[in-house]
Amino acid sequence: MPHDPSQMVTLKIPRPLYERLTQLIEGTGFRSVTEFATYVLRDLASHPTSQREAEAAAGERMTEAEVEAARERLRELGYL
Amino acid sequence: MIHPHGGRLVNRMVSGEEREGLAREAPDLPAVALNQRELADLEMIATGAMSPLEGFMGGADYRSVIDSMRLANGLVWAIPVVLSAKTEEHKTLTRGDRVSLLDDAGRALAVMDVADRYEADHDYEAQMVLRTNDEAHPGVQYLQSISPVYLGGTIHMIRHPEHKDFARYRLEPKETRVLFATKGWNRVAAFQTRNPIHRAHEYLQKCALEVCDGLLIHPLVGETKSDDIPADVRMRCYEELMERYYPKDRVVLSVFPAAMRYAGPREAIFHALVRKNYGCTHFIVGRDHAGVGSYYGTYDAHAIFGEFEPQEIDITPLFFDHAFYCRTCGNMATTKTCPHGKEDHVFLSGTKVREMLAAGELPPVEFTRPEVAKLLAESSR
Repeated sequence: MPHDPSQMVTLKIPRPLYERLTQLIEGTGFRSVTEFATYVLRDLASHPTSQREAEAAAGERMTEAEVEAARERLRELGYL
Repeated sequence: MIHPHGGRLVNRMVSGEEREGLAREAPDLPAVALNQRELADLEMIATGAMSPLEGFMGGADYRSVIDSMRLANGLVWAIPVVLSAKTEEHKTLTRGDRVSLLDDAGRALAVMDVADRYEADHDYEAQMVLRTNDEAHPGVQYLQSISPVYLGGTIHMIRHPEHKDFARYRLEPKETRVLFATKGWNRVAAFQTRNPIHRAHEYLQKCALEVCDGLLIHPLVGETKSDDIPADVRMRCYEELMERYYPKDRVVLSVFPAAMRYAGPREAIFHALVRKNYGCTHFIVGRDHAGVGSYYGTYDAHAIFGEFEPQEIDITPLFFDHAFYCRTCGNMATTKTCPHGKEDHVFLSGTKVREMLAAGELPPVEFTRPEVAKLLAESSR
């Protein structure tokens, strides 16, 4: 994981939360609250977060008809 | 099924009335004739292969990708996917304009909502992405051939490019996802190549298949440098091997439409993320992946994965060392599994293979299956 100081910024969180997180990461392999927070936030950011995005994602799931059309093409091409 | 990069599979193909309206509008819009790389990128964006991209990158994403290998929203993305201006008119386009995107026959394939026009720094882009400014590097040559003015924006694809080759092997991500699900494959390894298949490649693929349910052999058929083996020859080699040496119910051969960037380590990340979009859970990374000449270290493309948290990439890289046939072991092996010296190993460089073929010699069976050697020899005449 890169740690170029010029690419890092400071986030502020309440001290009680910081202390709670310090306890939480004991024995987990995370070396600091910063490392843990980065892990959690990246995971969160890598998935649709807003309601709009979630709806869009749901709307773009394939319908049964689309899945069957894809299967039909795959059969025609000899994949199935 | 593994999630696409960014959580959803992008679909920028339009249909119905929207498509009809855009098709009517396209001829009256400023037109941008795409080069081969851009055409391949356009198709991959539209079909979701490049999810989460919904169009060619704007300046914020471009700069972020170059500087930090992340999109402006923080998602990992290692390669700029950009559209270069082709005329002076293009250099005056502004946010809110629309352009039509043409193939090399002048057909409008898509409409793009211009969201950004910006000036690229090609020297900086080359240094950061390709790790060199050497004019002998094919990626540097490409940058020198295009305008540094880039246009970014969301695309609306109104028709697929017309492909004259490999029609039966062209599968979109949504189709490979349905295919893997229908076959009941939970763990699917992808293999990327722009080279003919030799025993070493076959070994890596079969090692991967030992620990996965299925294997997607996904040769790149987009633009490559002129001295690479042509895609049709490579595909004939694959067809021959698939017929004779691979379990048909566990292996899928399909083509990957992208152009080569020769960006080595960064392109390895790109290739892995894109294969995740195709529904693969594992990605084979061999020696000098996507490399050219001696611009990258043998295992730079392995090391770069360590710069990210595994869950950011999500697809699991399968790293393989240099593979060869060992005469003493009597089998295929790698430097990890064979204790013997180079004198026992059968390995030929691409240059040596080309020289042998030019001289009418066939590479040894320990290096290349006879069926492949024959096809390569025929194509080199």
